[in-house]
Amino acid sequence: MNFEAHHTDGLEACVVECWSCKGPASPRALFCSVCGAVQPPRPLDHFQRLGLMPSFDIDQGELERHYFGFQRRLHPDRFAAKSGKERLNSQQQAMALNESYETLKDPLKRAAYLLKLKGKKVDDADGATISDPMLLMEQMEAREALMEADSAEQVQAILARTESDIAYAVDDLSQAFQAGCLDGAAKLVLKMKYLLRLSDEARGRKARLMKGA
Amino acid sequence: MSDDLLFDIFEPGETPLPHADDEVAVGIDLGTTNSVVAISRSGKPEVLRDAKARTLIPSVVAYGLDGSVIVGEEARELILDRPHDVVSSIKRLMGRGIEDIKAVAGQLPFEVDGDASGMVRIKVAGRTLTPVEISADILRAVRAQAEQALGKKAPKAVITVPAYFDDAARTATKDAARLAGIEVLRLVNEPTAAALAYGLDQGAEGLYAVYDLGGGTFDVSLLRMEKGVFQVKATGGDAALGGDDIDHMIAEKFLHERSEADLNPGKVKQALMTARVAKECLTAREAGEWMLEFDGRTSRHALTRVELDAMIAPLVGRTMAICRQVLEDGGAAPSDVKGVVLVGGSTRVPAVRQAVADLFGAMPLANINPDEVVAVGAAQQAEALTVGSDTLLLDVTPLSLGLETMGGIVEKVIFRNTPIPTAMAQEFTTYQDGQTAMMIHVVQGERELVSQNRSLARFTLSGIPAMAAGAARIRVSFTVDADGLLTVSAREMTTGVESQVQVKPSYGLSEDEMANMLKDSMEHAKEDMAARLLAESKVDAKRNALAVKAALTHDGDLLSKEEWGLIDQALAKVDAACQGTDREAVLAASDALELATKPFAEKRMDRGIRKALAGVSMDNLEKRVGE
Repeated sequence: MNFEAHHTDGLEACVVECWSCKGPASPRALFCSVCGAVQPPRPLDHFQRLGLMPSFDIDQGELERHYFGFQRRLHPDRFAAKSGKERLNSQQQAMALNESYETLKDPLKRAAYLLKLKGKKVDDADGATISDPMLLMEQMEAREALMEADSAEQVQAILARTESDIAYAVDDLSQAFQAGCLDGAAKLVLKMKYLLRLSDEARGRKARLMKGA
Repeated sequence: MSDDLLFDIFEPGETPLPHADDEVAVGIDLGTTNSVVAISRSGKPEVLRDAKARTLIPSVVAYGLDGSVIVGEEARELILDRPHDVVSSIKRLMGRGIEDIKAVAGQLPFEVDGDASGMVRIKVAGRTLTPVEISADILRAVRAQAEQALGKKAPKAVITVPAYFDDAARTATKDAARLAGIEVLRLVNEPTAAALAYGLDQGAEGLYAVYDLGGGTFDVSLLRMEKGVFQVKATGGDAALGGDDIDHMIAEKFLHERSEADLNPGKVKQALMTARVAKECLTAREAGEWMLEFDGRTSRHALTRVELDAMIAPLVGRTMAICRQVLEDGGAAPSDVKGVVLVGGSTRVPAVRQAVADLFGAMPLANINPDEVVAVGAAQQAEALTVGSDTLLLDVTPLSLGLETMGGIVEKVIFRNTPIPTAMAQEFTTYQDGQTAMMIHVVQGERELVSQNRSLARFTLSGIPAMAAGAARIRVSFTVDADGLLTVSAREMTTGVESQVQVKPSYGLSEDEMANMLKDSMEHAKEDMAARLLAESKVDAKRNALAVKAALTHDGDLLSKEEWGLIDQALAKVDAACQGTDREAVLAASDALELATKPFAEKRMDRGIRKALAGVSMDNLEKRVGE
């Protein structure tokens, strides 16, 4: 086993063994070209898995078309009457597709993932301190304004502003990636995390204020 | 192998196994108030009827002291005569513990067993039964009705569950089917099944909402339908909200007006039945008067629709709040929704229809029978799973799944409205020096604190090597399959200590309890189990043989005549074994085939790798392989 792993080192990318007919198969093949058996998901990145070019600017319509197209062939519903191994492979393929789809359809997750692919680390917003003083100031002011807002209308105004800020941040992210400015993109990802949290809180506060009214 | 001869005397058509052509897969809507069964053949769905041409089977079971079981309309008619022997609305208790129902126990028309831990138990006709067993009795009757109507066996089914059912209730439903000897092809969410039926029938495209108010459960799902794809965007609901609650409100009012002091299950059941009649009457009429008669005393109770509307306004309001949340989760405004499909008998209540129309700004669609649409969709999905289909259902998990962390806080691992099947993992660490075990508590729900959510299971990962606090890395993986059922496993990453649970407990049946019930159940005797295992091993063996034949066609030139001959012999043995009924023989022949083809497989891999080494670029290889 060990020897084989060594022997094929570097070749794993070109040939893998089909679990069913035991012959050579392409690592990108979903089904074995010889026996037709569904293959387990291979280690592909999310863009490769859905047949898309790695880019922040993706066409949502194209993303969905590809996702549906792959699910049509790989979803467990297509294998309900098949053998246990085929059902398992199909389930894992569908799980991998769902994870790729969920990551790429959301601008924030897509941006963070793209940065990771390019080897750029983003500060973890969970509990980490904001190192950018400008961003820190903005967020503290916005949060204060939200705490002081005591009518649904006031909260709605903050919510609308935050949502428009999010839309601008998405535009800025697109430009940063196009310009190849990963530092800028990483800062924007962090900013978006805070904006999304703020909009969540605003929505929750609005709901509470409306219930109380 | 020597047993082969013994079994080979059966001609293929006469084997004791049920022949595939005599078997069909049906769709079952296992409802709180009524159950419905349907079939779809060549894309044409049909609701199956009983001998009296009725489609709705009341989900009511009457137990006799002699052990007899009556299900359906005949059982419903016995409610007043033998209130202590009749169970209705059992779906409300699926996957529930005694603590869950204490709050409502006063209103329930059951006597519940107070001592039982885990799953709640019902005392009826001198017996103590779990909701799983009672649901299995309903499913047996549903299956019998289908088999009678079709003249064929119906051992496989798609069964629907409320989208908002948690893991315990889903597992309980699957267990009930197992007890009734039904193989569950898939658990499908009720609003999703309804959308499938509606979409296929009406050719609907765009964003639709399904508002499903049944007897005991409320669901609302937002779906996008297009070109055969039914994608659930968001779902929400309340697993304990339905038409039953309206009946309870009316019954309480009537009993209060009567100033009834000495209440018992019989009186409650009679008041509930009268309340239901009143509710249904007020769908078409503005006002009416009803009578209650027991203990030799008759009382009259007037109710107008205006009064009823006011009474149920909080209930309707709750469903509207859930609708708004689902719209928000799905990132849609009410005006984005092209149509609202109404499902469930309780959507006949005018106040409900009006509220739906007000929220979405359009009259809801009800041009398909709200009582039957779920079963029709389930039947269509059953056909898709067994025969094949171009349509695709993409559903989501209704509730977030998480783990208890320090201080009783929930750390969510899978968020609600995540497409299923899905797998997620999260790493945790120890908080004490030298800690060697870790308690893993799995919860389901949206709240921050563990105590506010539903406990699904607890298990212990032990054998963690003693390390400093924070040094161990425990990776907990959640898997939700296409039925919406959860499996959790935990692994200590530095040593590989592993622990896996099929999430069963907190309110489920243990494997032992399940095994005992299966033993007691006539239909699901040992032979049935053996037949299923045999069928499975044959599917595997035939699949392996096909793969080898394909490889021979493709790469046969690698073999000498003798080598080819050996493989052919092994193939012939698999074929022969698959004609018989000996599972061991099938497994042995399959193993022998694998052994016989091992050198062949190695030659094929060698050639594949040589080709790659010879400088065939990946794309070229892919093209060639893809041909």
